[in-house]
Amino acid sequence: MTIDQSVALAPASRAIQLIGTDLTEKSLKLHLDGLSGVDAVGLESRAAGLATRSIKTTSKVWALDTIIRLIDLTTLEGADTPGKVQSLVAKAMNPDPSDPTTPRVAAVCVYGDLVADAVAALGSTHAAGGPTGINVAAVATAFPSGRASLAVKLADTAEAVAAGADEIDMVIDRGAFLSGRYGLVFEQIVAVKEACRRADGSYAHLKVILETGELNTYDNVRRASWLAILAGADFIKTSTGKVQPAATLPVTLLMLQVVNDWYRLTGEKIGVKPAGGIRSSKDAIRYLVTVAETVGEEWLVPHLFRFGASSLLNDVLLQRQKITTGHYSGPDYVTID
Amino acid sequence: MSAHLTIPKTYKLYIGGAFPRSESGRTYEVATRKGAFLANAAKASRKDARDSVVAARAAVSGWANATAYNRGQVLYRIAELLEGRRAQFVDELRSGGGLSEAQAQREIDTAIDVWVWYAGWADKYLQVTGNGNAVSGPYFNISTPEPTGVVAMVAPQDPDVKGTGLLGLVSVIAPVLVSGNTVVVIANESIPLPAISLAEVLATSDVPGGVVNILTGSPAEIAPWLASHADVNALDLAGAGDLDWIDLQIAAADTLKRVLPPESGVPAPAVDRIQFFTETKTVWHPKGII
Repeated sequence: MTIDQSVALAPASRAIQLIGTDLTEKSLKLHLDGLSGVDAVGLESRAAGLATRSIKTTSKVWALDTIIRLIDLTTLEGADTPGKVQSLVAKAMNPDPSDPTTPRVAAVCVYGDLVADAVAALGSTHAAGGPTGINVAAVATAFPSGRASLAVKLADTAEAVAAGADEIDMVIDRGAFLSGRYGLVFEQIVAVKEACRRADGSYAHLKVILETGELNTYDNVRRASWLAILAGADFIKTSTGKVQPAATLPVTLLMLQVVNDWYRLTGEKIGVKPAGGIRSSKDAIRYLVTVAETVGEEWLVPHLFRFGASSLLNDVLLQRQKITTGHYSGPDYVTID
Repeated sequence: MSAHLTIPKTYKLYIGGAFPRSESGRTYEVATRKGAFLANAAKASRKDARDSVVAARAAVSGWANATAYNRGQVLYRIAELLEGRRAQFVDELRSGGGLSEAQAQREIDTAIDVWVWYAGWADKYLQVTGNGNAVSGPYFNISTPEPTGVVAMVAPQDPDVKGTGLLGLVSVIAPVLVSGNTVVVIANESIPLPAISLAEVLATSDVPGGVVNILTGSPAEIAPWLASHADVNALDLAGAGDLDWIDLQIAAADTLKRVLPPESGVPAPAVDRIQFFTETKTVWHPKGII
C-alpha cells in the first residue's frame, strides 16, 4: 500500500510548535525516524540499578501511601458487572476498612459502558477532575485491540465522556504504527482528543496506551511516546494489561525520559502510567524510585503518574498492616475485588 | 587421574519447592557434637519466614484438594526415597548428631516407619475422627475433619536427646501433612543438615512445592514472627520448650491459632497429632420423606 505523504495532518498545537505548520505524514515521519536510537543495554542496566535501592522503613511508609494515591484501581474483564464495579468503587473509597487513615486511590478504571455505574456508585466522592475525590477513567477506542474504524472509536470515546468519565484511556492502532503509518496514528489520537471534549468546552484527560509489548523495540517505544505527546496526550501509558509483557521498568524509564525531554523542551508536564504486571509493593516502589530519579519527585502526584493495577492495592494494604500492627498480615484481612 | 578435590555442599533453605539462600545473606557454622567445623548453613530471617508462609498458603488448595488416597501415596513415596538416601543421612546423623552407626541406622529406620505409618492414615483418619451424629430431627448430621491450613512449627531442638536430628522433624511434619495442611518448619538449629537433606528428598518426591518449607536458623528469632503471623492457622511448638513459649501462645491467640504445646523429646506417632490440625465441619442434611 502506498501512503500519500503530502496530505496535511490534523492540526495539533504541540506538533505545529515542534515540527512547523507544514505538518504532513512525511514531516512527522522524518521527525520520528530522526530520533536517536535507544541504548538497550544501557537502559536495562540503568533500570536494574534503580531497582536495587534499599528503602528504609520511614521512606517505605511514605512510599506505600503514595502508591495508593497513585493507583487507578482497575477492572477490565469481560465478566464485569455493575455489582463488580460497585464493589470496586467501595474499595477505592475505603481501601482498608480496618484503618481509616488509609488514603484513597486516584481513580477507578472500567470499560466505557460501566462508567455510569461507577459515577453513580461514587456519588459525592466523584472528583470529576477536581483536586479531591476519585476520578472515573474509561478505556475506549475498541480497547484492547484498537481494531475498529475511527468512527466507532470516536463514538466509543464520546459515549464514555458523556456518561461522566473524567479520563479516557485510548489504545493506539499498533498495526498502523508498525507498518509505518505514523500519520494515521497521529490523526486518530488528535480526533479522539477532540472527542474527549465535553459540552462545556473542557476536555477529559487523555491517556494514550502504546501497548509496548507489541511494539517490539525500544526505538519504537520512544517513537510512539513522541508521537502520542505530539498528538496531544495528557498521559502516556505502557500497556492494556492484556498483552505480555505488560509494564516493565526499562520501558517505563524510557517513557519517563521522553517526558523529561518534552518538559525541558517546552516546560509542559506529561504524565506516565505503567499498567499491567505490577503486583507487589516492592515492584511499585521501584517505579517510584525510577520516577524520582528520572523526572523528579514533583511527578509523584496523581495528575502526572499513575499505576494501572488491581491486585497491587491488596499487597500494599498488607504491607501497611504489617507496619502498623507489627506482625505479618494475610490475604484474609483484605477484600477480594 | 589426579586425586579428587572435595566439593563441600552449600546448605540452603527450602521455600516454595526451591532452595534459596537466606534473604538476609546470613549463614551460621554447624559443628559436630565435639565442636569441630562441619558446614555452613543458611540462617533464616523473618523475611524468609514470611516468604515461606506465602508459599505455604499458595500450596494449601492443591494439597488439601488432592484425594486422601493420593496424599497417602505421596507420603509413602517420601519413605521410599528416604530409604534410597540412607547412606547420606547416616553420615549426617553420625557427624552432626554424634550418633553411632547403629544408632543412626535405627533412627532412619524409625523415621521411615513413621512416614509409612502416617501415609497409611491419609485415607483412614477421616473414618476414625469423623462421625455421623444422632440428632433429634429428620436430618443426617455428619462431622468431618478438614485441614486447618498453614501450620508453623518448631521441630524438636535438644541435641542431647536421641532422635532430634531427623526423626523429630519427621514426627512433626508427617501428621500435619496427612489431612492436607501445609507446613513451615524451623529445623533443629544445632543439627540442621539432615533437615536440608530431607528437603532434597521432598523436592524429588511428589510433594508439591510449598507444601513443606524448611528453615534453618534460630527458633528464638523466627518463631515469634510465625506465631503472630495472621496468615498462619496453627502452631506446633513441639521443640519450643526452651523458648518463651508462653509469649508465643499469647501472640498466636491474637489470631485464634491452634497451638500444640512443647513436648520433651520426640513426639510419638499418634492419630491425635493428625486430628489436632483439623477443623471439624458439621453438615445437616435433610432426610427425604420416603
